[in-house]
Amino acid sequence: MNKKKNQWKAWIYLLPALIVLAIFTVWPIINTLRMAFSNGYTYAKELKYGAFSFSFGFENFVSVTSYQGFTTCLGNTLLLTVLTVPISTMLALLVAVALNSIKFVRKTMQTIFFLPYVTNSIAIGMVFMAMFTMIPGVKATDPYRSIGIINSIIEAFGGTRISWVNSDSSKAANLAVLVIYIVWNALPFKILVLLGGLQSVNKQYYEAAKIDGTSRFRTFWRITVPLLSPMIAYVIITGFIGGFKEYSSIVGIFGNENSGDSMGPTGSPERWNTMVGYIYQQITAQHHGDASAAALILFAIIFAVTMVNMYVSKKKVHY
Amino acid sequence: MTDNINEKEVTPEVIEDAAEQDAKSKVMKEKDIDKVSKKQLIMKIAVQTGLYLFLGIMAIIVLFPFYWMLISSVKTLNEYNSTVPTLWPKQFRWSSYAVAFTGELNLGRLFLNTCIVGIVSTILSLIVTVLSAYAFARFEFKGKNVLFAALLATMMIPGELFTITNYVTVSSFGWLKTYTVLIVPFLVSVFYIYLLRQNFMQIPNELYLAAKVDGTSDLKYLWKVMIPLAAPTLISITILKMMGSWNSYIWPRLVANDMAHKLITVGLRGESFKDMSGMVDYPAQMAAVVIVTIPLFLVFLFFRKYIMRGVSRSGIKG
Repeated sequence: MNKKKNQWKAWIYLLPALIVLAIFTVWPIINTLRMAFSNGYTYAKELKYGAFSFSFGFENFVSVTSYQGFTTCLGNTLLLTVLTVPISTMLALLVAVALNSIKFVRKTMQTIFFLPYVTNSIAIGMVFMAMFTMIPGVKATDPYRSIGIINSIIEAFGGTRISWVNSDSSKAANLAVLVIYIVWNALPFKILVLLGGLQSVNKQYYEAAKIDGTSRFRTFWRITVPLLSPMIAYVIITGFIGGFKEYSSIVGIFGNENSGDSMGPTGSPERWNTMVGYIYQQITAQHHGDASAAALILFAIIFAVTMVNMYVSKKKVHY
Repeated sequence: MTDNINEKEVTPEVIEDAAEQDAKSKVMKEKDIDKVSKKQLIMKIAVQTGLYLFLGIMAIIVLFPFYWMLISSVKTLNEYNSTVPTLWPKQFRWSSYAVAFTGELNLGRLFLNTCIVGIVSTILSLIVTVLSAYAFARFEFKGKNVLFAALLATMMIPGELFTITNYVTVSSFGWLKTYTVLIVPFLVSVFYIYLLRQNFMQIPNELYLAAKVDGTSDLKYLWKVMIPLAAPTLISITILKMMGSWNSYIWPRLVANDMAHKLITVGLRGESFKDMSGMVDYPAQMAAVVIVTIPLFLVFLFFRKYIMRGVSRSGIKG
C-alpha cells in the first residue's frame, strides 16, 4: 500500500520536469531524426502538404555534404579544435603545476586565472577585436589612424604590422587571433580541473621521488602526468566537445551590426563559419531538413570523438 | 650527491683512531650536507623564480584584455584613435558610460529584460530541479534507474539538435518575441538535477525515517531538512543559471530579437557604436562591454567558492 502510494507521489514530483523535457528534449530528438531522413523537408512544405508527403531517404545528408559551404565549416571546425585543444591543455597543465608548487600569492593567482571564465564570450571577443583591429583613416587612401595595440606592441619590438581582422586580412592572421582568443577562453576551466586533481595527488609519491634524486622533468612525466591522467582525459574530452561546438567566440570577434552572425572579416562573412554556424544559417533559412542532417552529423562526430577518447584513455589512463 | 657522503664513511682500523676519524668524518659530512643544501637552495630559488616569472607572464596575458577594455572606455575618441596608443589615459572621459545608457543601445532596457528572464527562469528552474532531484533521491518507483540513465544520456546530445525543432515548436505556440520563449525551453537542466540528486543522496536516510515517525509530510521534510542541507549546491545552481541568462546569445537572438525582449548580449553584439561621422566609437563600445562584464566579476568575487565548485563538475560554460 505504502509503496504504491510512494510510486504515485514520485511521478507527481517529476511531472513538471517531465512535461518540459518531453516537449523540448524528447520530441526534438524524434523530430530531428524524422526531418533529417525526410527528403527535401522544410516546415513550410509540411504545413502545405502534410507530414506524410515526404519520402524516406538520405537526400538531406547528400545535399548538406555536397554543399561547398558545409565542407568549409567542417574544415574550420576541425582546424580550430585540433589547434586549440592541445595548446590550451598543455598551457593549462603548466600553469596548474606551477600554481601547485608556489605558496606566496597562490590564491590571488588562482583567482586571476579563473577570471576569463566568468566573462561573456561575445563581450570579451569584442575587446580582442578592438585590440587587433586597425582603424582606417577617413578616406580609403588615408593612412591608418591607429594600427591597434597589438600591432603597436609588435612594431615596438621591431616587427612589422599585420592585418589581423580587417577586411584585407589573411586566413592565417585570422586563425592566429581566433586560436589566441579560444585558448584564452578555455584556460580557466582546464586549470581549475587540473589544479583540483594535483591537490588530491598523494604527496608521498613526490617524497619518494625526491629521496631517489629523480629530476624534476622526470618527476613531471613519470609521476604528475600519469596520476593526473584521468583529469587530463576529462579536459581533453570536454575540450573536443566544446571545440566542435565553437560559435560564439567567432561571432564575438567578427560579428558586426549588420549581421550579428558574421563569421569572418568584413567582406567575407563565411570565412570562419563552423558547424554550429551552418546549422543556425539553415534554421534561419527555414531549411529544417538540412539543419537536422547537419546536426546529426555534428552529433555523430562528437559521439565518435568521445568514444575514441574514452577508448584511448582506458588504455593510457592510470586510475 | 648521496654517493659523496657514502665515500667518506670510514671504517676505523685502530680503536684510538676511531674517535678521531669519526669526528673528522662528521665534520666532513656536515660540510658536504652544507654544500648540498646550498646547491639545493640555489636550485630551489632558481626554480621558484622561474615559476613566478612564468605565472606572472601568463597572468599579464590573461589580464591585459580586461585592462585594455577598462582604460579604453575612459579615453576620448581622439586619444583612442591616436597613432601611438597610450597605456594610461591622458584625460578621463566618463561620458562613454552615459552614452551606453542613453544612446541607441538602451542598456537600461536590456538590463531589465535580462534581469526578468534571469530571475524568473532561475526560480522556476530551482523549483523543478529540487522536486525532480528529490523524487530521484528519496522515492522508489518502477523504471527509476532507466529514466535517470535516459536523462543523463540526453546530456551528450549537442543543444543545436534541439534548437531546430524547438524553434518550430515555439513559433507554432505563438511564443516568438515573448519572455516565455526565453524561459520555458531551458527550464529543466538534467545536469542540475544530477548534481542535486547526488547531494540529496548523501543526506542519511535515518533523518527521513525520523521525520516520518514524527509525522512530517514529504514536502515539509524537503523544505525543512533537505533544502537547508543542500544549500551550497543550490547556490551553485542559482549562480550558474543566472550567469547563463546573462551570457546567452544564440537562442535569444533567434527567437526574441526585438527591443522589448532583447537580452543584454544580443543587444551588445547587434549595436554599431558609430558616431556622427560613421566612425566606430570604440570607447563607447568598450564602456558597454565593461558594464556587461562588471556584474559577472562582482558575482564571482562574492561567490567564488560556489562557482568553482559547480564549474569543476560541469565543463559547461554559461
